[in-house]
Order: sequence, then C-alpha cells, then structure tokens
Amino acid sequence: MKATKALSFQDIILTLHAFWSARGCVILQPYDLEVGAGTLHPATVLKALGPKPWRCAYVQPSRRPADGRHGDNPNRLRQFHQYQVILKPNPPDMQALYLASLEAIGLDLKLHDIRFVEDDWENPTVGAWGLGWEVWCDGMEISQYTYFQQVAGLDVSPVSGELTYGLERLALYVQGVDNIFDLAFNDPQTPDFMTYGQVFLESERQFSAFEQEAADTDMLIRQFKDMESSVPRLLATTDRRGDPLVLPAFDHVLKASHLFNLLDARGAIAVAERQSYIGRIRDLCRECALAWIKLETAGA
Amino acid sequence: MPELLLELFSEEIPARMQAGAARDLERLTSDRLGRADLPFEHLTAYAGPRRLTLRIEGLPPAQADRVEERKGPRVGAPETAMAGFLRSTGVAREALIERDGIWFASLERAGRPTSELIAELIPEIVAAFPWPKSMTWGSGPLRWVRPLHRILSLFDGKIVSFEIGGIESGDFVEGHRFMASPEPFKVQDFAGYREGLARRFVVLEAGERKQRILERSRSICAARGLTLVEDEGLLDEVTGMVEWPVPLLGDMDPRFLELPPEVVRTSMRTHQRYFAVADGAGILTPHFVIVANIEASDGGRMIAAGASRVLTARLADAEFFWREDLAKPLESRLTTLEGVTFHAKLGTMRERVARIETLARTLAPWVDADPDRASEAARLCKTDLATAMVGEFPELQGLMGGYYAAAEGRDPEVVQAIREHYRPQGPSEPVPNAPTALAVALADKLDIVLAFFSIGEAPTGSRDPFALRRAALGVIRTLIENDIRLPLRDVIAASAFNGEGVLAFFADRLKVALRDQGARHDLVDAVFALGDDDLVRVVSRVEALTAFLATEVGANLLAAYKRAGNILDAEARKGALAQGPSHHVDSPVEEGALFDALEACRPKVAEALAREDYASALSTLAALRAPVDVFFDRVLVNSPVAVERDNRLAILAEVRAVMGLAADFSRVSG
Repeated sequence: MKATKALSFQDIILTLHAFWSARGCVILQPYDLEVGAGTLHPATVLKALGPKPWRCAYVQPSRRPADGRHGDNPNRLRQFHQYQVILKPNPPDMQALYLASLEAIGLDLKLHDIRFVEDDWENPTVGAWGLGWEVWCDGMEISQYTYFQQVAGLDVSPVSGELTYGLERLALYVQGVDNIFDLAFNDPQTPDFMTYGQVFLESERQFSAFEQEAADTDMLIRQFKDMESSVPRLLATTDRRGDPLVLPAFDHVLKASHLFNLLDARGAIAVAERQSYIGRIRDLCRECALAWIKLETAGA
Repeated sequence: MPELLLELFSEEIPARMQAGAARDLERLTSDRLGRADLPFEHLTAYAGPRRLTLRIEGLPPAQADRVEERKGPRVGAPETAMAGFLRSTGVAREALIERDGIWFASLERAGRPTSELIAELIPEIVAAFPWPKSMTWGSGPLRWVRPLHRILSLFDGKIVSFEIGGIESGDFVEGHRFMASPEPFKVQDFAGYREGLARRFVVLEAGERKQRILERSRSICAARGLTLVEDEGLLDEVTGMVEWPVPLLGDMDPRFLELPPEVVRTSMRTHQRYFAVADGAGILTPHFVIVANIEASDGGRMIAAGASRVLTARLADAEFFWREDLAKPLESRLTTLEGVTFHAKLGTMRERVARIETLARTLAPWVDADPDRASEAARLCKTDLATAMVGEFPELQGLMGGYYAAAEGRDPEVVQAIREHYRPQGPSEPVPNAPTALAVALADKLDIVLAFFSIGEAPTGSRDPFALRRAALGVIRTLIENDIRLPLRDVIAASAFNGEGVLAFFADRLKVALRDQGARHDLVDAVFALGDDDLVRVVSRVEALTAFLATEVGANLLAAYKRAGNILDAEARKGALAQGPSHHVDSPVEEGALFDALEACRPKVAEALAREDYASALSTLAALRAPVDVFFDRVLVNSPVAVERDNRLAILAEVRAVMGLAADFSRVSG
C-alpha cells in the first residue's frame, strides 16, 4: 500500500533503536522476566524514581495471559511486543521527537491522521500514573505517550516522559496487513523469509491453553505467597557494601505480579479478592521503590 | 479602545475539558480585571485541541486615577506619631483633613498602565487555573493540563511582557501541527490572529468547527443516499479533537451488521469516535464517518481505509464477545454473580438478585403480571453483568441481557423486562409499561432503596451516593404514569428489610415531584397526612383538592374550617371537650340546620371517597358552607349554658371531622 518498501517487523525495531540511540538513549535488552508491560522493566519503574537523569530504549515482550485467543484472532495476542522509551527529564520537544520517529519508520505524516487522544495512564499494581495520550494513526492506537506523575505512589521529579509503541499494531499499519500472523518478520526478499506467524503462532497456541486452562492454580497460589514473603526478607538483607537487595526484591515483585495475572486468567481470583491482590503487590512495589530512592539519593 | 489578545499554546488538551476551560478563563479574567478596576466591553475565550485563547475588547489604556484616604493619628497625638505619618504619606501638614478628631491624608493615586497590570494578572491566572487534572513536566514546577509551550500576549498591538515557568510571552503563533509550515507567524491583533490561523489550517472557534463537521458529514452521506446518525455528545468530543475538521466516509464489513445495532454504534463511538451511518429508514448501513484532522494529499483514501481496518478489529472483538456470551446460558451466570460484591454490607449481586426476584413476585399481581414470568425475568435481569460484552461496554447493561434472553428463546415479555428494567434512568426517559417489565423495574428500584436505608445510607442534603432519590422518583413515575394502585406500605413490609423510613422517603420524593409539577406543597401535605400509601390515589386527591380550593365555596369552607379549628383548639386548652353532638328540639334553628347538614353529609362523603371520587366528595362538602356560615353568624358558641356550649363545640368538632375525611385542611395554608 506504500510506494516505498515497508519495513519488516524487525526493521522497525532496528530503525527505532538507531533513532533513539542517536538521541542519547541507552539501548537495553528486554528484561528477562515475565512481565505484562514494558513499564515494569526496572529501567522504567525504578529509574523513573529519584533525581538522576536517564534515557533508555528497549523492546519488552509483554505477556497478557487473559488476552490469549489461541492464535485464532488476527488482532489479539497473549504476548506482544512493546517498544519502550524513557526520557528523564522529558525534553521540551518530546512530541516532535516522537513524530520524527514515526517518520523514520515510514509513516507519512501528510497522508495519515495522527491524533493525541486523552488517555490518563495508570498501573495500579505498581502505583503509577501519569497524564498523556493514546496516539492514534487513522483511528488505530499505535502508542501510549505519558508524562509520569507518580510511581509506587510517590511524586516523581524530574518527570519522565514515557513512549510505548505497540510494535505489532504499528507493523500492521506500516505494512498494510490485516492479520498479525501475516506480518513480515524479516525482509520478504530474503531466502529465509519469515512471517510473524511462523515465528510466534505455535507459542500463542500453546501458551493460550497453558495460561487459561492448564496452569496449576494451587501451585501459582503457593508461588505467589513465596514471592510475597521474599520481598521484605530481601529488603532486610544487605550486600557487601551494606545496601539492601532492592533489585532482587523487585524481581520478586515482578514475579508475584505475573503470577497474579496467571491466576486471573485462570479465573481463580474472585472479584472480591482482586483488589486485595493488587493492593498487596502495590505495597511490595512501594517498599522496593522507597528503598531504591534511598539508594539513589545516597549515591548521588 | 484597545484590545487584549492572549493565547496559551500547549500540547493536546483533552476534548472534554475544553469548554470548561474557556468558561474558567473568562470567569477568572473578568474577576481579576474587576478587582484591578479595569472595565472592559467584551471578553471571549476560545478553546481548541492545542490552544486556549482570550480576547478582551474595550479595555482602557490605564486604570483611572483615584484618590485614596489614609487614616492618621488622633488630634493631639504625640508629635513623633504625627511626623511619622507625614513622612510615610508624603503629605504636608496643612493638607491633612480632620474628621471626628482624627487626621486623614488624601493621596492621589495615578492609575497604572493596563499592560503592566495584565503582565501581573496572566501569570496569576495560569497558576490558579482549575483544570480537572493538571501535571508537571520536565524539571519545572509549573502545572498545566499538558506541557505549555508558547504564550501570545498582546495589548493594543504591543507585547505584554511576562514570563511563566521559563516561557517568555511574545507575539508569535503556530498553525496546524501537520498542515502548516512549522515556522510560527507574527500576530498584531485578533483579526490577524484568526485569519492567520485559518490560512494555516486552524479553525479557532469551536462552534465553527462543529458546524463544519456536521454539514460536511451530512453532505458526504447524502451524496451516497445515506443519513448521518447524529450524536450530540460525540460531536462535541470530536470538535475538541480537531483543529481542521475533515469528515470522511468509510466502509465496513457488512457481516458486522448481524451484531445488535447498539453494539456497533457503541463500539464506533466509544472506541473510535466514529459516527454511524443509516439508510433512509434509520437502519444501520456498513459505513461510518470519521472526522480527520488533516486534508491528506490522497483525499483521505488511506485514512478511511485505515479507519475501516481498525473498526474491523474492534467489531471482530465485539463479535467474539457476542459469540462467547451466546455460548453460555444466562442462568449459568448466576454463579458468577455469587462472586460479585454488590456492597460490603449488603452481600453479593446474587443475593440482590434473589431479593429482586421475591419482590417481583410480590408485585406481580399489582401490575397484572404473571408471577412466574416476573420471577424468571427478575432472576435473569442482572446476569448480563457477567457477560463479556457488558464488561466491555457497561452502558449496554440490560439491553444485552435482553438480546441474550431472546437468543435463548425466552418469552418476549421476559426479554422486554430484562431490557427495560433499568428504566427510567433520567427524568426524560420513558417508564416501562408492560406488566412483567413493570414488576422487575419496580422490584429493582425498591430493593435499592430498601437495602441502602437498612444500612443507614439514606440520602442527606446533597449527598446521595447511591442515587436513591433517582430510584425513588423512578418508582413514583412508573406507578403514576401507569396508574398502578400499589399499597406501598404492605410491599415494604413484605420485603427482606425492615423498611424503616422508606415510606416517608417516598412521600417526601412524591412531594418534591408534585411540587416540581407546580402542585402546592401544603396541599400534598394535607393529603399525605391521611396516611395514604397509594401514590396514584394521593395524586388524584391532591388534584381534586387543588381544584376545590380554587372555587369560592372551597376557599370559604377552608376559612370556616380554620375558624372552627381555632375555637376548638382554644377551648381544648381549658379542658376536655364533650363528644357527640345532637339535635335538641330547643336548639336554635341554625344549630339544628348545621347538625342536620353534617348528618346528611358524612355518609355521602364517605361513599364518594369509597368510590375514589374525590371531586364529588369535596363538592358534597360544599353543602356545609351555607349552614356553617349562618351558624357562625347567629349562634353563640360560648353559651353560658354548659350543655349548649358543649353541644355547639361538638358540632364544630364534627365539621372538622367530616371535612377531615377528604383532606387534613389544618395543613392547608391561608
């Protein structure tokens, strides 16, 4: 649908890496734990706290067990990919930078209808919220754009600007394709051309069944309790310099959060219990955040 | 007269906040101008996606000069105090004025230039601006709805210079984000501002954007023989999302028209902000209107195609929910409701459903409904809360339940009852009128009121967090508009709750409702005092009483009633009154006549009341007027003969009692 050749899924990632690298971002790898969103990567949720400037970009595979459709729905996945950018403090021309990044991946801003539509983002499990928008391209939400105001229930200063690109949706758009599984993962001209489906469909099928039907809920509940009790223990434990083990403790919060998502997808959490689970995770997260700020401020 | 022009240019302002922001800007500015003694002729604010603009016409170049009086020491105060006062005011001793033993200095204050005052006012207004939600950004402490980038501030063509959060005010403005050149342009006055924006693809006035959206949307539909499904709320929102509105007609897959039309429209509206498009008969067609913010070089073909793809994805989701929901019988959803808390003190949604079911069964005979059908509809009325579709679109509650019940082949009355049982949700929504729907709608609302009253959550003052007043009014309207004769007291007594205060609450809400329709508060009281719990009857009695008191006879009889009441009250204070009047042979003619009239009247009034013919009951009372008037004229109530006095007082008591059958006239004012 475009005159110029559309970027493959991986070329979109590589282009965004080059774009944000040239603008001073540290290019990180995905966090190696199961998370529901790129925001949960410690490079966002912890780095947004405290006074130190920070710029980074990374891809985060994001697991949403409740969204699984067994690979049957051309528009929904239980694991998708977010491209995450954090600019702290947000530069004054952040909107312009973001739009330039869209042009870099081949969106003609004179041909499409790009809109910033109010969407106040919040993530109750980590006690974070911010103001910003969903960014729409011809009615499709392609990014979330947020100025963080609080993380772990604490006001942030300076403010971090967060960009989250929904890579699959963006690729659907750039490539003019209707079915996620038909996306060109790499260059269609290469002999070993792969579609998104060839790379991920099997995993969608298996994990949808696992997450919604086969996961052992008794075990998940046990594991949740283990993770929960580990957090205060780790925060009370110190490394060789005498600092608390905040990062390992935070890993345990992330694990608890994913276990909660699994339990939720299995329908094992009664509506009345939901808030209590979310509150418990938020409290753990807050403990980690407080310990982290102390560490960051002391080291500054 | 000079003009002030201000523009606060920011990142995208939420559409829903724009109209309020324009009003707040007008209010805050005119307040502060008033306090600064700066009169003006016109003040208008404009709001759009990226700018808040203010134009003030007819401001003076400076405040008027004024004279200020300063109070000084008393006459004869120590010299040091006097010297200090003269020094601080800079006034010569000869110029002081003495009044009531105190020295006053009269100071001439030159009015300050308007632009100087404006430069102080605007930063204050920005700092105090009441955005529903505001934020900070970067490292600065400034708060605004979204990051603020540029300030245009001109008075009489010249820059009013000030600084807010590191932004210097100036005379430059930016056009459309994508269609205009990124270079800002210079502005001198409002006409040039507005015209410069228009040339750079920004329509300043929301009203004009709205008009353009509506006209062009209608015309692109009409060109294809279609009709725009108009939606005022959506139109307002879309108006706040575009600076240069370009409506485009898009197509969607016709297979989605098999979904309920409400689902298609809700999905279009809430997720995508598209308008639905119907044919001449109002049936949805496989098209939609998207309002773009750009005139694309391909005429918007790619935008419309993209919008169509997104809608397909959205509707495919809705289709998925629809199919998943259909696969599970409504009855089985009751189990899910067991896990849904209705209120911490009131148990689960399932328990509430059980109560509604019992109540609906109780109500069935009063609304001519079949009890089994009412019970079935009540049991299912909340089950759609557990469906995926209502999870996604809560505003479709009730409606979806109706669709799912129909798909299960349930009785049409049951389907209708599920669909309509939330009605009426507002004063303008029609009330249900089919028997089963009536039973469930009334049971649903009565349960809400009874339940929250039982845990001490009756509304107080402006606090009504559970919208109990709205529920009560819904019950009242439903009963009255359907002429349903319901003994509310018995229904409340038969409920699962103690019902304390509930009947009085309904009486109170009825009073408010009748008063809103122009009925006199005291007349409603006069009828309510009789303890009637049939709201329909109460209303017709109030109407009859209103008509009766408007007649000369009625007014006169009321006066007689009051006079009798005053005498009786006064006498009662002296001791117990004798009961049971009689017609003595030796009584004055007038006394006997009134006694006879009362004797004749009582059974007739009672009989008319039994027939619920209130007009006739009241007109029967009219027969008392002449004998009562004559009685007061000719008969001495307070006769020195005790027996006579007792009998006459007893007759007056009977006047009060007979009239009291129809209404408690003591509560009628006048």
